[in-house]
Amino acid sequence: MTDTLTAAPKTSTGKSLRTEEMIINMGPQHPSTHGVLRLEIVVDGEIVVDVVPHIGYLHRCFEKHCEHMTNYQQVIPYVDRMDYVCAMNNEFAYVVAAERLLKIQVPERVEFIRVIMAELQRIASHLIAVGTYGIDIGAFTPFLYCFRDREKILDLFEMTCGARLLYNYMWIGGLSHDLPPDFVPRAKEFCAYFKPKIKEFNDLLTYNEIFVKRTAMTGVLPADVGLNYACSGPMLRASGVNWDLRRDDPYSVYHKFDWEVAVGKGEMGPVGSCWDRHIVRMKEMEQSVRILEQALSQIPEGDVQSAIPKRIRPNPGEVYARTESPRGELGFYIVSDGTATPYRIKARGPGFVNLSVISEIAKGAMIADLVAIVGSIDIVLGEVDR
Amino acid sequence: MEQYLTSHFGDTIWVHILMGVPPLVFILLYALVVIYLEMKMAAHMQDRLAYMRTGWHGLLQPIADMLKLLQKEDTIPAAADKFLFLLAPYVVFIGTYAAFAALPFGSAYIGSGINVGVFYILAISSLVVVGLLMAGWASNNKWSLFGALRSAAQIVSYEIPSALAILAVVMMAGTMNLQELSAMQTGGIGHWMILGGSLPLAKKLIAVPLMLILFLIYYVSSMAEVNRTPFDIPEAESELVQGYNTEYSGMKFAIFYLAEYANLFAVSAIVTVLFFGGWASPFASLMTGPWWSAFWFVTKGMFFVSLNIWLRWTLPRFRVDQLMYMSWKVLTPFALACVVGLGLLLVW
Repeated sequence: MTDTLTAAPKTSTGKSLRTEEMIINMGPQHPSTHGVLRLEIVVDGEIVVDVVPHIGYLHRCFEKHCEHMTNYQQVIPYVDRMDYVCAMNNEFAYVVAAERLLKIQVPERVEFIRVIMAELQRIASHLIAVGTYGIDIGAFTPFLYCFRDREKILDLFEMTCGARLLYNYMWIGGLSHDLPPDFVPRAKEFCAYFKPKIKEFNDLLTYNEIFVKRTAMTGVLPADVGLNYACSGPMLRASGVNWDLRRDDPYSVYHKFDWEVAVGKGEMGPVGSCWDRHIVRMKEMEQSVRILEQALSQIPEGDVQSAIPKRIRPNPGEVYARTESPRGELGFYIVSDGTATPYRIKARGPGFVNLSVISEIAKGAMIADLVAIVGSIDIVLGEVDR
Repeated sequence: MEQYLTSHFGDTIWVHILMGVPPLVFILLYALVVIYLEMKMAAHMQDRLAYMRTGWHGLLQPIADMLKLLQKEDTIPAAADKFLFLLAPYVVFIGTYAAFAALPFGSAYIGSGINVGVFYILAISSLVVVGLLMAGWASNNKWSLFGALRSAAQIVSYEIPSALAILAVVMMAGTMNLQELSAMQTGGIGHWMILGGSLPLAKKLIAVPLMLILFLIYYVSSMAEVNRTPFDIPEAESELVQGYNTEYSGMKFAIFYLAEYANLFAVSAIVTVLFFGGWASPFASLMTGPWWSAFWFVTKGMFFVSLNIWLRWTLPRFRVDQLMYMSWKVLTPFALACVVGLGLLLVW
């Protein structure tokens, strides 16, 4: 991201009246940049003429840290901290990549538990996304409903591995703990509880007239632009591209379940608008509940720690594995030189890639729309900056 | 009350000063109540409890908040226009407080019985815009400036439909004095303006729908005039950080808030007087008298304040252009149509 705005601001000159455009920094300390994102915006009155996102305020050298671990397993807590809103999904992506590098197969029960955790985490992450999106548009109440429901998911996680945000739960070759005995009934209880809540939320926010007016015509991302920018996840699906790695590049046991990919249809305006991205997340939560219900009833018995050596030394080689995180394609590229320390780990963060499209879709919008667009991308700066 | 005071002090300046005290006391007490009410209503709508620890169910929390704000450091940005920066909150508050002069707080009290009451309120509350513009400009902060310009545009636009709605009621009543307007609506719920006032039954049937529309128009524009959700774009915290009062802290910030809440009551009170009988009891001659009338006035006012709080915590926020669209293309034409309709009804 180059500093294109350091030059003098463009001015639109009339015959006698000269109005100047104004440069404003939105962030890094701003209520609706979802962390420490800085948007350098050029505004003409309320109209946004140009946007340049500046990132890096939360850079923690994730990739460099990985090269100094003494063990592949030690990377997992760092992966957690990458995208702290969906730590389980990050672990999932990393262990899938590491296991492909090691060419090992984990027991079926482990795969089921991983899918259950990943889908619970997806719901939790989407709840934050849609809840904070409500705040961005000015509705405060839905946010707290989301946190009420997310709390129940975090309780399930706490019950399983003791942690509520950063779990270190999925290990290469297995899991840190087996499920506690009453996990399955309580998770089923949650599914039954949560389904009507989605409808309640839709009634309160999604189909609210003001909310629709604010979001349905703004931030339209055409499918080809989305593909050119390598967007993924709800961002791309909302533009009408039917692409979900859980189905199109199968990993784990997702192929065993019956579910649908939610795609934006442009019910309220052009396809790919902010509203479409919102509704795709709402529908994905429904589908996650569907996967959860099936996984919870089919979960096999077995061991959760397959026998792998304590010190993993993969053969020299490289692997790229990608998974569908709540924000899109989360991939890990791992290079091994045969020692116990990873030679290189590169993370492909969906938020980073999705954010890059902002200057394309936010031009000509109003400041309020810019907030709506940033919110609809659903970035987590921990993962954008890593 | 004015007569009572004059009989004791003669026609001196003291009478006028004493007459000014009740609204001020009311605003301060009401602010404590409404802060508590807003927090509790919001919390219960959102499945939480709000403050529970300072006193029984957190009853003392507003006082604690006030003490906290009093102790806070009062910062002035280095690059601010110091004079305007200091003056702005008081201009806003004065604009609001002055509006209370023409509000009839009961059959025995009105700050000033001027015969252009509503007109005066409309005019004096426009002073608030000046204060907000001053605050936004003097802060020397781009977000504040945005907030100030937005609020100026918003308040000026919404004054038109609200003035038209008021005009319609004034046409019905034939007076601009809110005290007289309230007195006109005594004698039970059927005499309230929203139900056609004292028109004959046949005319009432046509007047009631018009009055309902006018009430909605006035209520919506009054929400916009006091910058509350869904029209809180001047201080839209997710867009403009905190709008015109971004740079304010401590007591100056508190005064902005006090003015906002006081303004909220003022417009609710005007709704009450214009459409819902003011201090008139809903039960004909039951529960009347000076004290009861004050009770009814405050109760009705607080009802509309609560309604506003309810809406605030339910609805998302409009965008600037949608807000303008709403004012100029929806509310104003409808208000004009209603005024014409009502005028025809009255001369018929």
